[in-house]
Amino acid sequence: MSEMKRRDFLKVVWGAAGLAVLGEAGWVGLQFFSPQVVDGEFGGVFKVGAVDDFPPGSVTPFNAGRFYLVRLEDGGFLALYRKCTHLGCAVPWNQAEGRFICPCHASEFEMDGQVRNPPAPRPLDRFVVTIADGQVSVDTGTTITRDHTSPDDVVYA
Amino acid sequence: MTTLDPRPESLPQRVAESIQRDKPFSEDERDRMKAVMNSLLLHIHASKVPARSLKFTYTFGLGGLSLLLIMMLIVTGIMLMFVYTPSPDSAYTDMLALQSTVAFGQLIRNLHHWSGNLLLVVVFLHMLRVFYTGAFRHPREFNWVIGVGLLLLVVMANFTGYLLPWDQLAYWAVTVGTSLLDYVPVVGEQISLLILGGPEVSGATLRNFYGLHLAIVPMMILMIVSVHIFRVRRDVGTVPRNLDEEPLKRLEKVTTLPHLVSREAVFAIVMIGLILLWSTWVNAPLEEAANPDHSPNPAKAAWYFMGLQELLLHFHPFFAAIVIPALALGGLMMLPYLRTDMDTEGVWFRSRMGRKLAWIGFFTGLIATPLLVLLDEYVVNLPDLLPSLPTIISNGWVPLAGILLLLILYAGMLKRVFHAASCEVRQSVFTLLLTGFIVLTIIGIAFRGEGMALMWPWEV
Repeated sequence: MSEMKRRDFLKVVWGAAGLAVLGEAGWVGLQFFSPQVVDGEFGGVFKVGAVDDFPPGSVTPFNAGRFYLVRLEDGGFLALYRKCTHLGCAVPWNQAEGRFICPCHASEFEMDGQVRNPPAPRPLDRFVVTIADGQVSVDTGTTITRDHTSPDDVVYA
Repeated sequence: MTTLDPRPESLPQRVAESIQRDKPFSEDERDRMKAVMNSLLLHIHASKVPARSLKFTYTFGLGGLSLLLIMMLIVTGIMLMFVYTPSPDSAYTDMLALQSTVAFGQLIRNLHHWSGNLLLVVVFLHMLRVFYTGAFRHPREFNWVIGVGLLLLVVMANFTGYLLPWDQLAYWAVTVGTSLLDYVPVVGEQISLLILGGPEVSGATLRNFYGLHLAIVPMMILMIVSVHIFRVRRDVGTVPRNLDEEPLKRLEKVTTLPHLVSREAVFAIVMIGLILLWSTWVNAPLEEAANPDHSPNPAKAAWYFMGLQELLLHFHPFFAAIVIPALALGGLMMLPYLRTDMDTEGVWFRSRMGRKLAWIGFFTGLIATPLLVLLDEYVVNLPDLLPSLPTIISNGWVPLAGILLLLILYAGMLKRVFHAASCEVRQSVFTLLLTGFIVLTIIGIAFRGEGMALMWPWEV
């Protein structure tokens, strides 16, 4: 086994120290610039009302929370993020057509968020809906992306 | 009494000489050369240049014009800094104030807006000029790569500035533009979150873009432009050459002062005049205040992204936003490193054959691109034809492979039919793709209306 020369050892030590400085600077920068979450705005929990406020087959927009509260015909609840999964436009609900139609690139989604017409690559993202004592609340803290719609997405009173 | 200073000049003369030692307007050539050598000008120009390289139709002054525009952007940009607050509450009202109460506010904003857009066009044309005159070959390969980097930085400067007016145009163009990042595998969503300062375009995004637009991007542009110009000086400029002319051995040279500098000054003055005139009559667009609840229909990206947005209507987003742009940029940067079989430095469009093939490439692109768009829009629906495949394959790999195959066939055909050299064929393929990109951009800008449906420009 060959012994490391003093000079080579110092090269390694200085190199490692330099890398450590770069890494630390990068980490500090990343932390410094990372987004700050504000309570009470989009990203928090929204208490949207009583179960009976939403008739079956209705779609109610909540602009502050950036979501639609959907009540399907069978009475199940879904909270859909209004951001188009294609390129992020705000998708409006088209009552006459009975579906979401994105104005930007003409993606269309069913009432439950399923893609009816591409280019959108996946269903509308959703938020967790909780129903307690007949009151509906939506947690916009985490967006749940999904490749397919599933009956498990729907919450019943 | 004797003085320590033996010079006979008077005091004012000595002051003047301490500031400008040389005689730039001297009749003597050597004086004028010394004036370049001893001044800052030496960083940009040699003291003598080949007489031929002064020909305007060789460079069209595009590199110098880029510098002029950068300077105009710095001046007008700093002025705008003093009347603008980057916050969702005040950004838009500041824009309205610029249009009504700030003296010359509209003019300064117009100048900044149009210079920024023009800079993008000019650096792109500068790149095309360098390509079509073969001026990117050894030893200038890496300076070409630096130039492509600068082009990207200018796009970033334009894009980050786009958000600042905080109108509907700005808000949704930036929403659409940054959403492209979500398709970058693994790190895309994290990067998008960092840049936007949250899940959507918001006040945090405006602050981020303000910092990027005013400090980071311009600083990077200035630093990299310095390297770019330094390398142009080091590698010595190329000299225009006529068709069928052998490389020139001995070049007649003229002094930079006044022959080159006076031409640059005249061109700069003319361009400043034209931009002022344009900015006096044509206002920078300003729509209603940004409304995050309502996407306009159609919601279009900034015009320089319309080619990309058009691709998005035809390809799976991963291909339109990531794979194809990456291939295009990678190919662009690799161009000077590909082996060449001809010395074409200084000759517009390589050769007689090169010119013919470039025309063929142009017309092929001009006809094929709209045809493919119409085919995809009205006739062929790949995901329906190949229902068993995921759309990333049926609407991504399949059409991309098809187009690459067509390109290979095209290149092979040119080689066989015309017995052309590879560098002429390559130029033809480049021209074809360039034309395609421009046609896509025009379709996106002028032929897409409500719901991004195809229609005639007068119906949009």
